[in-house]
Amino acid sequence: MTTLERSAQTESRDLAPSELPLRGRVIRFRGFSVRLDLRAVAVCAVVGGLIVAVGLWSISVGDFPIPISDVIATLLGNPTEDSEFIVGTLRLPRVLVGVGVGAAFGMSGAIFQALVRNPLGSPDIIGFNSGAALGAVTTIVVVGGSSFQVSVGALLGGVIAALLVYLLAWKRGIQAYRLVLVGIGVGFAITAVIDYLVTRAEINDVQRAAVWLTGSLNGRSWDEVRIVWLALLVLGPLAILMQRTLDRLDLGDDTAAALGVRVSRSKLTLVLVGVALAALGVAAAGPIAFVAFVSGPIARRLVDTPRAAIVPAAFIGALVVVVADLAARGVLAPTELPVGIMTALIGAPYLLWLLTRQARTGAL
Amino acid sequence: MIGEPPSTNGTHADAGSSRLRADHVRLAYDEHVVVQELDLAIPDGQITVIVGPNACGKSTLLRALARLLKPSSGEVILDGELIHRLPTKEVARRLGLLPQTPIAPQGILVVDLVARGRTPHQRLFQQWSDEDERAVRAALAATNAVDLADRPVDELSGGQRQRVWIAMALAQETGLLLLDEPTTFLDIAHQVEILDLVDRLNHEEGRTVVLVLHDLNLACRYAHNLVAMVDGRIHGVGAPGEIITTETVEEVFGLPCVVVPDPLSGTPLIVPHDTRASTSRNPTEAESA
Repeated sequence: MTTLERSAQTESRDLAPSELPLRGRVIRFRGFSVRLDLRAVAVCAVVGGLIVAVGLWSISVGDFPIPISDVIATLLGNPTEDSEFIVGTLRLPRVLVGVGVGAAFGMSGAIFQALVRNPLGSPDIIGFNSGAALGAVTTIVVVGGSSFQVSVGALLGGVIAALLVYLLAWKRGIQAYRLVLVGIGVGFAITAVIDYLVTRAEINDVQRAAVWLTGSLNGRSWDEVRIVWLALLVLGPLAILMQRTLDRLDLGDDTAAALGVRVSRSKLTLVLVGVALAALGVAAAGPIAFVAFVSGPIARRLVDTPRAAIVPAAFIGALVVVVADLAARGVLAPTELPVGIMTALIGAPYLLWLLTRQARTGAL
Repeated sequence: MIGEPPSTNGTHADAGSSRLRADHVRLAYDEHVVVQELDLAIPDGQITVIVGPNACGKSTLLRALARLLKPSSGEVILDGELIHRLPTKEVARRLGLLPQTPIAPQGILVVDLVARGRTPHQRLFQQWSDEDERAVRAALAATNAVDLADRPVDELSGGQRQRVWIAMALAQETGLLLLDEPTTFLDIAHQVEILDLVDRLNHEEGRTVVLVLHDLNLACRYAHNLVAMVDGRIHGVGAPGEIITTETVEEVFGLPCVVVPDPLSGTPLIVPHDTRASTSRNPTEAESA
């Protein structure tokens, strides 16, 4: 090799990294490297800011308005006379549950929509959330139930519903459209059982159980904050770590396996994480409709990525819930509507649009 | 420029060693047995092409060789070890497979798709090394896809898309490359383009390639080693010139034909009998009637 050739080669090597139009920035540190999508980071930052703003606003308004400055002072540990109780006991847990539940639903939705390869594959459409709600209601009606027991009940209900949908939809493998149709059917059946249970329950239980009919943040306490944030703390990182695998599964099972992905094990893990996130969200605030369903697609659109945007979907989910709750408290004030009614108002038209579009293009 | 110069020159001469082979494999989906008691050794450094009629078990065999399907009995051996005992990731570092109809995520860019080929060489917190960069660049160059790098895969033509998928498998940098019908849905010019690419990969980089192909004539031209399958069995293995005869084609495909030497390459060229002549149906008569 001549010197000239060699220098030309090293030159092309040096130029190399800037030329590959890879998505995302590579961040290196001592042999570790991570590819970070800067646009996703930006979306999360902006949406995160909005969540904080709407959350503060939500704490400030109500029967007893508290100026934003007092809200902030209270959160920073300098409460005024009235604000301590109203902020600390009533409104802050409500907002924290809303944010946590929205994030859990958003992640769960993004995971399932990617696994099923269809936006209709989200846990609130295919009956998993109804299953979790049934688990919660059953626990309350049968054993009374502490919030911990209700969580376990919801988790069991969610897993059983997922198993049921999976088994009923199985026909030499899983077809997306079968899974969605079976899931919708199972969801309706479960909702009917919940209705029946609520009509048969003791009057005191009914009030508690009613949350699991529509999903509501009314009267949420620190108990529910603990349930959902613990779930996020454990399952959130797991979901984020599974993102890479989920992206490979997106190429089809055979291609993913040929790239070294343990397909069955990865899918099982993803399903369990997704079901648990959805179920614990339901345990804290009931099956708030359509949050999981809309968050993933919105996040993907904003980040403009072919991947399942798990983290941005969590932020979008949280924002959707806090905004919807603020609206639900505002429109018929002083009556507080359940937040689930508000999210249904946003989600239902999107569902109809998606159904007609998929029916027309033959995707379903 | 691409990789190490091949230690073997990819001719028929050294048919001795086989990194990949199937011993007495029986392959079944649920109860349905597709392949019975099959033995096959893939010669190193050569292009092996599997041909056979539809549903003869070609793709199933390829899936088993790539560890995607566990034989109900018998073994697939990779580098002297049972392939099913090896970790998935380890297999993926030695052997690449491109399925018949891979799925491209909506909106994904060519470069990102090709980069996914690096998966078995990456770890959770080692997501992009200089080595990854070099391999992706080399794969794009080898498949003439450098100019496509920043385009969405959805917008490519069939031939371009197939090149990009092959680039992904190349970026995996495996000595063994298994391609399931890489020329399906392509017109004749693009079929030849893809097969020339495969030939170059074999010739210049010394990669062992296994292909499933439908076109017998192209199979004969590009294969060093031809495997003819029928009903889940191997009918014949060897150089195309040795095993493709009028009788074999009749037995394997049930097609009466004449086999003549390809005027360009000298490999067997299959010319089907005009079965219409036997019914003495004349096109012009049929038209007037």
